[in-house]
Amino acid sequence: MARVGIVGIGHTRFGNSSEYDLADVLAYAATDALKDAGFLEHRKEIDQVLVANMASGLLCHQSAVASAMVSRLDMEPVPAELVENGPASGASAVKLGYMAVASGMADVVLVVGGEIMRKVTGWLATDVVSTMLDTETEYNMGLTLPGFGGMFTRMYMEKYGLTERDLALLAVKNHDNGIKNKYAHIQATCTIEAIADGPEADVVNNYIAEPLRMYSTCPVSDGAAAVLLVNMDSPKAKLFAKKPVRIAGVASATDTHCVHNRKDPLQLNAVRIAAEKAYQMSGLTPKDISFAELHDAFSILEMAISEEVGFFERGKSYLAVRKGETAINGKMPINTSGGLKSKGHPVGGTGVSQVVELVRQLRGEAEEGRQVKDPKYGMSVNFGGFGNNVVAVICAKD
Amino acid sequence: MALDDMEKKLRPPEIELKPYPPKMIKLASGEIMVVREARREEVGALLGTVYPLIGVPSDYYDIVAVRMYSEILGWYRYRVANEFVLVGAINGVIAGIVTSRHVHAGLGMSLHTMTIKRGLRVGAQLFAAKMEHHIDILGEDEVWIVAESPNGFKRWMIEYQLEDRSAQFPETRHELGGVPTFVLTKKLWNAVRDVKCTGTRPVPADILKTADKLIMPTDYPQLPGFKR
Repeated sequence: MARVGIVGIGHTRFGNSSEYDLADVLAYAATDALKDAGFLEHRKEIDQVLVANMASGLLCHQSAVASAMVSRLDMEPVPAELVENGPASGASAVKLGYMAVASGMADVVLVVGGEIMRKVTGWLATDVVSTMLDTETEYNMGLTLPGFGGMFTRMYMEKYGLTERDLALLAVKNHDNGIKNKYAHIQATCTIEAIADGPEADVVNNYIAEPLRMYSTCPVSDGAAAVLLVNMDSPKAKLFAKKPVRIAGVASATDTHCVHNRKDPLQLNAVRIAAEKAYQMSGLTPKDISFAELHDAFSILEMAISEEVGFFERGKSYLAVRKGETAINGKMPINTSGGLKSKGHPVGGTGVSQVVELVRQLRGEAEEGRQVKDPKYGMSVNFGGFGNNVVAVICAKD
Repeated sequence: MALDDMEKKLRPPEIELKPYPPKMIKLASGEIMVVREARREEVGALLGTVYPLIGVPSDYYDIVAVRMYSEILGWYRYRVANEFVLVGAINGVIAGIVTSRHVHAGLGMSLHTMTIKRGLRVGAQLFAAKMEHHIDILGEDEVWIVAESPNGFKRWMIEYQLEDRSAQFPETRHELGGVPTFVLTKKLWNAVRDVKCTGTRPVPADILKTADKLIMPTDYPQLPGFKR
């Protein structure tokens, strides 16, 4: 298989872009990536475009956005397809792009992921995202993703002793990172006293789906991110302005669509299997990873995923958060971008955005105060459904 | 302003309102926002804060700003009866403003809510303070509310589950132009007060002093590049 590297990254500021057209937002991120790679003028030489999006049909009343985006960039006749895998659409598109290059079918692939969610109310956005649940036994019963997040958190608390304050500590950590990230949706710090300990915390940090509160739940965001993949063994690799960051491992796995069919709902099998496969492919172990971007749509997921990928023992990750081990200067920095909690979560774009953060860190291009010291390997986990379709990516600075 | 006979004729009859006792709220950022009634002599800082937003169409700041400007001016010039203005200030800098009107013992007329500092639910806290003033302090039975932006509709109509009285038009008709009228009743307020309204009283003198002189913001998240 050919080695696959990332030579360009692009990102919009996450937040409220509801006044813009989705294809334009995707095109903005793509242009950013092409400029970064010094390849904007050569964009018609790209072999394949993959666009990740979860729900533009429902959220924007817009379909076939891959075709629209290619046209915005005057890239015809470059082939372009849409990739939809729920909130894991972004990393799935990266994986498919990797496969296209590694197989030799393409030398240069542009992967763009994005979503416009704020054209509709938060309630409708939550409903649309919930359509990925099992229709008969979950969605039709009124379950939502925050509802699942709340139940999962409650089970974890009862089994391992996690507290609401631990979730708040994680929010403080991620907001500290996000405020330094120029692309983050929420660029504001929060304090543990204000969101957990103080007399006004109950209102300032209100419940979303008990025991999940506002500061343990990601915002509804608009935005897009893009990466340009290249066959590092092809002569074309020399055309780009920047040294590639290699994709050392990429893998995905599935779990039961219905959460109630799992023997232990606290075990995120798809996360564990995807990570194991990515480690195997890269020849690495959890100890080799310098930092990670983990899908914290709800704060509990950052902790649970960090255990499944082998960074911490099961049920012990919150103790690491308490000790600051997952902060920028900790033993295992997690969600250096601010994570979904602070950076935001435009569902179809999140997986690509996570990979952009891996590249920024490995290039040493993260903003002052949130740059990990001398990172060698970064890992991302993009979580689809409630853990039923998960993609893990490991990037390496060679 | 000289109060000549003509001026007396121009002013509406007014009811003396109970004052809103100041409170302080620790926002998620850890910053302390003092919420208090604005004083008439502070009109300059209030109008100066609102004015730049008149040109911001995004999130309907333009219509809210221009209407709030006129409401504050109307209050200053005694052209609106029983109006009150609450302000949220962080270290004296205006973070948000709300305007409202007491109609009679049973009814309040919510006018506008404007968030200057975004991302910390400043507007949500000030709207709750306004409802607190109407129902808990002025003792009204209900408050009529309209929304002129999707954000307002999400925050008030949906989150508070306000009673929709739009079908009762024109008997129930909000003063702001006849858009659909929603109502916060005392019963609804009692149901949501604990999760929507917070704050500590009394405000210690040193903290209250920080909000004694209102300061106009030097920059606005709504206006990138703006510098006062």
